[in-house]
Amino acid sequence: MLSNIRTIWEILRHSFRRPETIQYPEQKPYLAPRFRGRIILSRDPDGEERCVACYLCAAACPVDCIALQATEDGYGRRYPAFFRINFSRCILCGFCEEACPTLAIQLTPDYEMCEYDRQNLVYEKEDLLISGPGKYPDYNFYRVAGLAIAGKDKGEAENESEPVDTHTLLP
Amino acid sequence: MVTIYIEGKAYKIKQGQNLLQACLGLGFDLPYFCWHPALGSVGACRQCAVKRFKDENDTRGEIVMACMTPADDGTRISINDPEAVQFRASVIEWLMINHPHDCPVCDEGGECHLQDMTVMTGHNYRHSRFPKRTHRNQDLGPFINHEMNRCIQCYRCVRFYRDYAGGSDLNALASHDHVYFGRFQSGPLESEFSGNLVEICPTGVFTDKSLKSHFTRKWDLQTAPSVCVHCGLGCNTIPGERYDELRRIRNRYHHQVNGYFLCDRGRYGYEFVNSTQRIRHPLRQAGSREEAKLMMETEALELAAAMLADPGKVIGIGSPRAFLESNFALRALVGPERFHAGLSDSDFKCLGTGCNILQRGPVPAATLQGVALADAAFVLGEDVTQTAPLMALNLRQMRYGKSVRIVSDFQVPEWHDAGVREIGQLQSPALFNATPYPTRLDDEAMRTVYAAPHDLVRLGFAVLAALDASVFPMPDVNDAMQALANEIAQALLKAERPLLVAGTGCGNPALIEAAANMAWYLGRKGSAAAFALCVPECNSLGLRLMGGLDLNSAFQAIDEGRADTVVILENDLYRRADAQAVDAMLQKARNIIVIDHQQTATSEKAHLVLPAATFAEATGTLINNEGRAQRGYAVMPPKGAVRAGWRWLQMLMKAAGHAGASSWLRLENLTADLVKDMPVFQPVAGLDPKPAMPTPGGKLPRQSHRYTGRTAMHADIDVSEPKPPADEDAPLAFSMEGYDGRPPAGLISRVWAPGWNSEQSLNKFQSEIGGPLRGGDPGRRLIEPPASDDIRYFAMPEQEILPGADEYLLVPIHHIFGSEELSMASPGVARQAPQPYLALRPEDAPVGDGEQVRLLVSGKSLVLPLKLLPGMPERTAGLPDGLPGVPKMVLPAVVKILGKGSIEK
Repeated sequence: MLSNIRTIWEILRHSFRRPETIQYPEQKPYLAPRFRGRIILSRDPDGEERCVACYLCAAACPVDCIALQATEDGYGRRYPAFFRINFSRCILCGFCEEACPTLAIQLTPDYEMCEYDRQNLVYEKEDLLISGPGKYPDYNFYRVAGLAIAGKDKGEAENESEPVDTHTLLP
Repeated sequence: MVTIYIEGKAYKIKQGQNLLQACLGLGFDLPYFCWHPALGSVGACRQCAVKRFKDENDTRGEIVMACMTPADDGTRISINDPEAVQFRASVIEWLMINHPHDCPVCDEGGECHLQDMTVMTGHNYRHSRFPKRTHRNQDLGPFINHEMNRCIQCYRCVRFYRDYAGGSDLNALASHDHVYFGRFQSGPLESEFSGNLVEICPTGVFTDKSLKSHFTRKWDLQTAPSVCVHCGLGCNTIPGERYDELRRIRNRYHHQVNGYFLCDRGRYGYEFVNSTQRIRHPLRQAGSREEAKLMMETEALELAAAMLADPGKVIGIGSPRAFLESNFALRALVGPERFHAGLSDSDFKCLGTGCNILQRGPVPAATLQGVALADAAFVLGEDVTQTAPLMALNLRQMRYGKSVRIVSDFQVPEWHDAGVREIGQLQSPALFNATPYPTRLDDEAMRTVYAAPHDLVRLGFAVLAALDASVFPMPDVNDAMQALANEIAQALLKAERPLLVAGTGCGNPALIEAAANMAWYLGRKGSAAAFALCVPECNSLGLRLMGGLDLNSAFQAIDEGRADTVVILENDLYRRADAQAVDAMLQKARNIIVIDHQQTATSEKAHLVLPAATFAEATGTLINNEGRAQRGYAVMPPKGAVRAGWRWLQMLMKAAGHAGASSWLRLENLTADLVKDMPVFQPVAGLDPKPAMPTPGGKLPRQSHRYTGRTAMHADIDVSEPKPPADEDAPLAFSMEGYDGRPPAGLISRVWAPGWNSEQSLNKFQSEIGGPLRGGDPGRRLIEPPASDDIRYFAMPEQEILPGADEYLLVPIHHIFGSEELSMASPGVARQAPQPYLALRPEDAPVGDGEQVRLLVSGKSLVLPLKLLPGMPERTAGLPDGLPGVPKMVLPAVVKILGKGSIEK
């Protein structure tokens, strides 16, 4: 008896509260930058593709919805020849972002990806690649890696000495 | 057996091991770098530190390097002692100080021993604030990529390359922490075994350059156990596929065959599978490839049925590079009396002799492992490095074996690599190399002799006479030859395990007979003699054991009108016989059906071409040079109209109305008929190992449990995932589902164990370190000769051709890169192959080195550059065998030199 009265009272009380519902899509909720929505591929501060096609995002993906193929430019810089995410399978778990050693793959606060045709949820590299560095403005993997690429020779990365002269016996 | 105590618990182990071997063999995880089961211990990296205690009351103990400490009876050690753990963590931190931040762009990542060991020791944070040392890389040719920054100075590369494989151009250069592993100058690595550096290097300094061009991580490759198709030794391989393309070949350990290593032809020759020269659809051709018409499978079968309407007029030509099952299916289609082995005349004779010798006994065929254990070897007429490379690598281990046998006199344990090799410097192995031209094995041999093939036969019989003149009287040879024969005979007589090596390389069956004579004599004397036969192709022996007629009788049958239709299985006849004879036959034959995977000069002339599967797309059996039947499994499903050769033949039989073929829906049905028909192949029936664990669908997965992209790789075509293709022929599935534990030895698709992502995880698959795989090595030998005392020695044949004036006896010169048909489709292999040339000794040369000469060989005029080859025997001329641009040599033959040549406009 007491419980029933208390329930009716609670309902009455809530009738005078401000509604939580917003008028989507006219109104949009605030989403934090770390919200896990649509996946993008970012560029490094020099404007080059950040992705080095290491396959770690694909390995981390629990639904195996990332497929890519590595290739190289003429100077040894590695990048994906194709990079495909099947968003109809993606569960937006963010493991790929955590696995990415170059901060290339990032999840964004965009979730509006409805399609009438599932096939349209297959995103290729052209659909994923944005023109900026995303959440991390400064990081450039090739500045810290030992690999030589166009414009960065051996010994020119951060915290590297000049290449060894193997012909000298001096210490 | 001795007892050692690890963490206070007693374990019984085999005597004569070091502690690292013992720990790994018992299944403990102990990090190491410089040790390798095939290379022994040098104690260079200080990584495998454990604590050793004097007795059960000792609590302090001392840190020792496990790889350099013998596992004596009663040894007490602790792997998990805090001090030892701390020591190992510090060592790896030092090793990592200069290691670059490269893993995401490093090809070794995911199968890197350094990664595994770093995780195993727990080192995860870089404390050093000092700059990293860097190095410039070298261009090491088309096979190996060099990234010297990643080096941790374990010295395994030079120990393999120089000490094990006998190479000289890779070395440790410079000094102190500048030490550099590379060549004196950039340039292709010269050793035929350089590709093994990829697996020997514990990190990413040496990586596979052919994989780099279509890079895929280990976990993404669909893999299956396979057998190499590029020579006759039958090395076990693990090919890897991704996105319908073959991406790389890795070694698959087989204790008795290839051990830990492969040659570069086997490792890099795979690209014919992806080649643009592949035949992918049934083609109807009328004269030339330009007029070829694509056909549907049903149309092709209708056409074939019409062509095969008169079964009495159909002949079949088999192939030494096709599976045993495919050859059998062809034999069933045309009938045994119309089945021709597609072998060159000389191969047909040599292999016939070889098969006869192996079957008659009493000396068994040598395994490759047995080759390394021989204490005296006589190579008669075979350039082993080029025709059977892994056999040459194993012959090079005779020196090590010889010093291992005497190290106990010096108080040095067998696994002490530096010590054993130091003693080995004093020892020359009793390796005698008698070849028609200088070879790469000469530097390792105690004595080397170059002579024309018929003189080598005479030497072989002279050695037999020197062994026992009552068996065979000394032939007419000069004093030097006689002295050499005596020396060889003495060494062979002294040996406990003498080895005789001969093969098809010179095209002279008498060489094989001479070698067999010696082996038989020595075997009868009571030593464990063995006979190693080098055969040219992956199924040469299997095809020859199947019987069949020679190629000339096929030409005759067509010429005389007894047959008008010819079915050619995976064979380019222009590589087997004189072009004129092949032309004549192909012109006269009314219907030519070619089943092949590559466009060849023969397929171009066919009327109907059917697309066959390569070794990577079909399951089948190959018989190697020792008569071991080994099964290779398809790595990927065949695409489109491509079918296994035997499956096409089964469909042809059905279309032509043969009764027998209807039951051949699976490989096992065909195999059952094969062993019923030919009992010599009986062991083939039991080749498929049964998985010990019940698995879904009864199959083991070809894909790793970390295989990626399953729901995205085909999404660009259709977002709905396709059903994985079924495989009726193998106990393996094209899937990542199923039991992923330790498979039976014959079904090892990848070597991986928790915490061990690199191929070093192999120790978890072996019954003992460096020993057979758990559950026994795969494959079965068809021929175990009966022990009989009834030996009928071969007689010395009358010598045939002697060159006339201006003529030279033709000797085929074999090249590891160039002489084999399929591997030449790999760009890297083609780059390493020589250009056609004519080799003469300088004394006989009419013009200078590199100048063009005009020559006449089997009725054809050619212009080739001259190559001076000091050491070539008198009145012989060498032509590279099988090289594009060099016509097929029908042996024996002579070359006539017409004078200085010029290239015709």
